[in-house]
Formats: sequence, C-alpha cells, structure tokens
Amino acid sequence: MKKTISLIAAAAAMPPVLGPGTAAAEEVNLYSYRQPFLIQPFLDEFTRQTGIRVNVVYAQKGMLQRLKAEGRNTPADAVLTVDISRLDALTNAELLQPVSSPVLDRNIPAQYRHPQGHWYGLTTRARIIYVSKDRVKPGEVASYEDLAKPHMKGRVCTRSGKHVYTVSLIASIIEARGEKAAEAWLRGVKANLARKPQGNDRAQVKAIKDGVCDVSLGMTYYMGKMATNDKKPEQKKWAASVRILFPNQAGRGTHVNISGAAVTEHAKNKANAVRLLEFLSEDFAQKMYADQNFEYPVKAGVEWHPLVAGWGKFKSDAVNLDNIARHRATATKLVDRVNFDG
Amino acid sequence: MTAAAALAQRPPRLGFAAAGVDGWTLGALIVAGCVAIPIGAVLVLAAGTGSDIWGHLIDTVLARYVGTTLGLMAGVGAGTLIIGVGTAWLVTNFGFPGRGLFEWSLLLPLAIPSYVIAFVFTDFLEFAGPVQGLLRELGGWTSPRDYWFPEIRSLGGAIAVMSLVLYPYVYLLSRAAFLEQSVGMMEVSRSLGRGPWRSFLTVAVPLARPSIAVGVSLVLMETLNDFGTVDFFAVQTLTLGIFDVWFNLNSVAGAAQIAGVILLFVMVLLTAERFSRRRQRYHGQGRALRRAVPRRLTGFAALLSTLACTLPLALGFLLPVGLLSADVAANLELVGGRAFLTSAGNSLLLAAVAALVAVLIGLQLAYGVRLSGNRALKSLTRVASLGYAIPGAVLAVGVMIPFGFLDNWIDAQSSRLFGISTGLILSGTGAALVFAYVVRFLALSQGAVESGLERVTPNIDGAARTLGCRPAGVLWRVHVPLLRGSMLTAAILVFVDTMKELPMTVIMRPFNFETLATQVHQFAASEQFAEASPAALAIVLAGILPVIILSRAMRNTVHIDTRAEART
Repeated sequence: MKKTISLIAAAAAMPPVLGPGTAAAEEVNLYSYRQPFLIQPFLDEFTRQTGIRVNVVYAQKGMLQRLKAEGRNTPADAVLTVDISRLDALTNAELLQPVSSPVLDRNIPAQYRHPQGHWYGLTTRARIIYVSKDRVKPGEVASYEDLAKPHMKGRVCTRSGKHVYTVSLIASIIEARGEKAAEAWLRGVKANLARKPQGNDRAQVKAIKDGVCDVSLGMTYYMGKMATNDKKPEQKKWAASVRILFPNQAGRGTHVNISGAAVTEHAKNKANAVRLLEFLSEDFAQKMYADQNFEYPVKAGVEWHPLVAGWGKFKSDAVNLDNIARHRATATKLVDRVNFDG
Repeated sequence: MTAAAALAQRPPRLGFAAAGVDGWTLGALIVAGCVAIPIGAVLVLAAGTGSDIWGHLIDTVLARYVGTTLGLMAGVGAGTLIIGVGTAWLVTNFGFPGRGLFEWSLLLPLAIPSYVIAFVFTDFLEFAGPVQGLLRELGGWTSPRDYWFPEIRSLGGAIAVMSLVLYPYVYLLSRAAFLEQSVGMMEVSRSLGRGPWRSFLTVAVPLARPSIAVGVSLVLMETLNDFGTVDFFAVQTLTLGIFDVWFNLNSVAGAAQIAGVILLFVMVLLTAERFSRRRQRYHGQGRALRRAVPRRLTGFAALLSTLACTLPLALGFLLPVGLLSADVAANLELVGGRAFLTSAGNSLLLAAVAALVAVLIGLQLAYGVRLSGNRALKSLTRVASLGYAIPGAVLAVGVMIPFGFLDNWIDAQSSRLFGISTGLILSGTGAALVFAYVVRFLALSQGAVESGLERVTPNIDGAARTLGCRPAGVLWRVHVPLLRGSMLTAAILVFVDTMKELPMTVIMRPFNFETLATQVHQFAASEQFAEASPAALAIVLAGILPVIILSRAMRNTVHIDTRAEART
C-alpha cells in the first residue's frame, strides 16, 4: 500500500509539469502523427493569427487506442495524420465526427475528403519510381507494371512490403486490376529485387547511387529532402544520381496518398478544431505545409515549391482513397503470401 | 525452500489468519495485482473479436516469424552469456592490464539504446559507410558485386548489436555473484586437481547460476520486446508480426494474441530454468567472506584478457559514442536550447521517480514472497514481472485501457452524484507514465532484489526473528543493509532503462511534453539520424554516471556484506 501511496504522491507532485491538457477558453488539443518539427511552424502561425493555443502530443503507434481508451473524456479535439489508412481506421472505430464547412469544401477537392466530412486531406504525395540517370534507358520503365517485367531482373529496390506506403500502392493496384493481377505483379517485383526489402525511401535512392540497383519505389517528398540536405551533403549526390519518373501516365495515373486532419468524436473545442482545419486548407498554410515537406498542396492554385514544380505536372490516379483503404487487409495478406519481405 | 517454508509456518498475527494471509502478504498481493492489471488487459484484448488472423499467419509467415524469433533469442542469449560471464570472471579473478578500468567500463554499453546502436552501426558498415569505402579503395573494387561483405541488416547483424548492448545485464549479475563467492570453494576445487577452466565451469558458474539466469532472462525478455532494431534490420520476428497485424490488418486483438504467444514463450523458458534447479540452494555460508586476491596474469594470457574485455567495450560503447559525437558536432544548434534542456530535465525526473517506485515495489514483492512463500503471491509476482517481455507500444495500450476505464468511471459517478465532471484524472499524466514504467521494468527491480535476497541465507531471518525482530524490522535492519548493492543495481537498471524507453513514453505522454527519447523518436522515425544524435548522445551520457556509481558501489558491496554479517 505504501507504494501505491507513493505513486499517488508522485502524481500529486507532478501536475504543474506533467498534468493533462485542460480545456481552457482558447485552446485546441491536437494528437499528431506528424513530427513536431514539421508542423510547429504553421501551428505557431495559427496561434499568432487567431490567439488559439495549440497543445500537441506527437505519436504514431497506439494513438487510436489512446483515443479509444480515453473515450468521451478525451482531451483531444483534432487529429493530424498521414496516409489514408490511418484516417480510415479512425473513422471505422467511430472516433471522428463529421464536420461540414463551406471553407473546407471550397478548398479541398472531393477526391481528397471523406464524403460525410469525417476527414479532410491537406497535402498529397505521389508514389513514384526513382530511376538511375546512368543505367536506365528512356522507355525502359514507364509504369508500376514495368517493375515486374523480366528486363528489370536484379535491378529493383524497395522498402518493406509491409510499410504503409507499399501496402497502399498494392491496394491501388488491386482496385485498378483485381487481386489476381496484383499478386502476379508483386511476385514479379519480388523476382526482380536486387536485395531484401529494407530501409526507407531515402535508403533506396542511396542504393541506386551505390549501384546496388537501378530503380526504386519512393515518395516524391524524399527527393526534396535529399536535394536540399545541407547537414548531410552526401545526400545531394544521391538525389543527383536519380530522376523522378511519374508512373502510368499513359493509363490510370500515378498513385497518390494524402496527409490529412479530422475532428474527434468527443472534441471539447470543436469550433477551434474546425478553425484549425480551415486554416490548414487556406493558401498560407497550404503553401507552408506543403513546402515544409516537399508535398503537393490539395488546394488548387496554391503555388508549388520551386523544386517540386521542377519535377513537372503529372496525372494522378483519380480513384477515391476510401476504396484504397478498403483493400488494405487484402494487400497486406498478399505481401505475406508472396513472401515479399523474406 | 525449506527455511522459507519454516518461516511461513510461524504463528500469524493479523486478522487474515484463517486464510493464512498476513498484512505483508496482503499488501504485496494488492500491489502485485495492480501491476499485473495491464498485462491482464493485453490478454483481455487478445480475447477480442475480429481477429481471424491465425489461419492466414499459419499458411504464410508464422513459421518464419517463430524460427527467426528463436534464432534471435538463441543468438543473443549465447552472445550475452559468453561476453557477460566471461568478462565478469576475468575482471573478478585475474589481474591484467586495464582490469580496474574494465571493472566499471564494461557496464557502459547499458547506457546505449539498441535502436541507437542499430542505426549507428548500419551507417558505419553499409556499402556507403567508411568501412566498406576503405575496403573498396584497398581492393580497387567499385560495385557491391565485386566483393563480399556481411549484410548488417540481417539476423546476424541484429544478434550482434543486441548482444553488444545487452550483455551488461549478464555481466552485472554474474559479477555480483562471483564477487560474493567465497574463495574457499575455488581453492577446494583446485586442490582436488581441477584446473582453472574446469573449476570455473563446474564450480563458479553453477554457483552463480541463479544470478546468471536472471541476467539472461532479462536479456531475452528485452530481445522479445524490441521492435526498433528488428524493424530497422528487417528481421521478421514475432514482434514485427505484432505490429504488422495491429496496423496493416487493423487487428489489435490479433496483435495482443501474438503478444500472448510471446508471453507463453517466456513463461515456459523461465519455468524450465527454475525447474531444472529446483533442488538446489545457493545461499552463502554466512561466514565472513574472504576475497581472493586476483591472480596476476602475464604475457599472452594477460594480453588475451585485455583484448577480450576491450572488444565488447569498444564495439558496444566507444565506437557508437564516437560516431554519435561526430554527428552531434554537425548539429550543434540542436543542443543546449531550452527545448533540449527541458527534455533532458523531464527524462531525468521521470527516470528518477520510476527508479524509486520500481525499487520499493520490487523490494516489497521480493520480500513478501520470501516471507510467506504464498503460492498466489509468487505467481502474481511472476505475472506482474512479465511486462518486460511485451513490446512497449502493446503494453502501453494495456496500461491506457484500465486508466481510461477508471477515469471515465470516476467521471460518470461524480457527474451523477455531484453534477461535476472530473474529466480524465490520471490518463495522459506523468503519474500514469510512471506507473507504466513500473509495469514495464518490474522484472528488473524485482529480479535484482530477489536474486540478492536468494543469496542471503534464511538462517539470518530465523536468527533475527528468534531475537524478537518483526518481519518489517528484519527487512529494515537486516536485509536492506545487506541488499544495498542489489537495490542500487535495481534502481540504476530501471533509471537507465527509463531514460532509453521510447514507445510508452511517446504514446502516453501529456500534451507539449518532450523527453530525450521523444526527441530521438521524432527524427529517427524518418531515419534522420544526424538530427536525432544530440538527444541520443544525451541519453547515453545521462546513463554513464549512474553506471559508474553502480560499479563502484558493487566493489564495496562485499565489504558491506562482510561487515553486516560480522555484526549479525
């Protein structure tokens, strides 16, 4: 018992530093899947413009379970996340509430928001193919499908098939061409791998630079991060060794995913949360948010980062992201069946 | 344990006489029960619906997950056993150049989080790293197809880096045991014609076995709960499977079921180990211990010993710290700012409170078990210590669920009775986080205290009781002085591990609350290791001082023991 008391004593001693975020008049409490160093600049700007303070917890694994465990008393008003799968999981767990706002509807294309307003996309990123400038001839690779063809044997690198980005891409192929075709494609890519899937998208570009492989799957934003990395200038060389290829331009278009935001089911500061979402959908934050991580703003007419603009315009897969989220479990099981990571 | 059984038969004094439960046991039962709740919550999760994952797993990846997991456990177990016991034996019994330095510095790798050593070594050993770069220059090669080099992102790589940072657990506990062994035993063995090697293997190691077993089981539990390293090295273990099922198949129930399978693994292992030495007792003779004067080694043997101690220290500590420091030098602007200092302060505060609470609870439970031999308490304590084998993120869910339930219940009652909403009282506070650390690290504190207690002969308890001392008095006046070393060990293990702890801290922390580990996480999550290096190095530095204190204290423990025993 004495120990229980000391636990409580510890609790009593700590609140000034460690207490929970309480609902003051002008606050919004944010659970963020995105890193503080990415979002802090525009959150600060939001506070400057509106006087609303933003409290943040940044975490990924277990965020949904935390919201669920906290239930109706959760302090969280809004969630900031990447990848449709997480927004979809939160929606299915009934942890988000529908929001309707003329501002959000005007700024965000229907393709990138939930039909009932449970979540809103804020930026997009394209899953592209990085190709070696030296070793890949023009026309050798033009689509995701080409990565599975025999002429690419031993030339392909990718991160784990279980990573959220890969699973979403596979889901988009299931949506476009069916499960059988997606499995055949995955087997084809596996047969062409230069090495066991490992590392992140950046590590694949490094592998191309090193000559381990000639092409890799990756997100566009990694190119920006490498090309402008003054801390690790060697990454500029990795970036310089590849070019970005937007796949499937002759067909359904390149697979894109979103980062997005949503208002929680039990938000205490709902008005402030909606205001934050609206702020994030307007020109100023759209540009800042997108530029910060070399992503594409969802709002039409917002200027792209010069580097991003330099990669050129492209046709993106127009499928509703909700459908991709639906194929997620099937895609995951395909990765196991093909033993893609093995 | 015959003596403990004898103690249990003493006339009970409190009101639970009928049930054979005294106040101590009852208190210990309650505390152990509280700590076991989150583990129970994980098992309840596992019973949830929507988790038809097993058919799929068995058809596809399960055999590989299990095989890789067993391989990793065997490799890390063997690696830490050889390094830990070997170096502990050398520094305790022999004199060779650098011995005084190695005595404490061999513990230093403990301060390095395995997720840090994983990325540091990958940077160093991969194709673009300095080692292969040099090899290419020497050999005149250009592409990876020109020569062979072991792949660091592999099972072997994971075994190597995990062994290098985890062996100190084995070193720490086996050295404590070796230090307490009477030199007489070894002399008898040697005089009966056994050489130094055979005496080591047939006398010293078997005598130290309870401590070595605790050390290795801590290592194996830590191996099983690790996600960062196996994920980074793309080694497909059951732990990786947990997260795959959780997030990709969206089945937290399935994830909890795999965690349950891992717990079963651990329990079988621990039970087997205990069963195999069920008839053995390991108490010291209760006489003043005469320490052996370390035998001075010369020539080749001395050189070899120095080398054997240098290797783990160099690879497990000096190299990673050196490489980290180089990265820090390039990111100096991230050091020393207010955010950084606040994070460091938060880490230290959390670690200190967690260490204190964990040691007190560990002591209470270990002594409760010794005192009563109560079966239920024994089992409950074992269950409560299993938190160490569950991946942090999963255990965090197990902690958050009961806290959320309790908070919402209190809120509902308060609203109903007084019309006042209390909101969440404990969820998302530092107190909940400290509780989570205790759930996670109880195995460390309870294990260290218990193995210390096991070496104190029950005759001492008996003598003190005969002289009229009550159980609390025996603990306070006899065991606590005797166990100072063990308790310090427990406190420092929990302190250092809390500093390093990542997944629970990240998910359970309050708003706007950063620690050094969360600082590492926000950068390491996107493999921006250079930016993560200052906080990572700070974690290591914060761990060094306690580790040195621990080691100094250990050397003095024997004298304390001797004095204490002389007094009794």
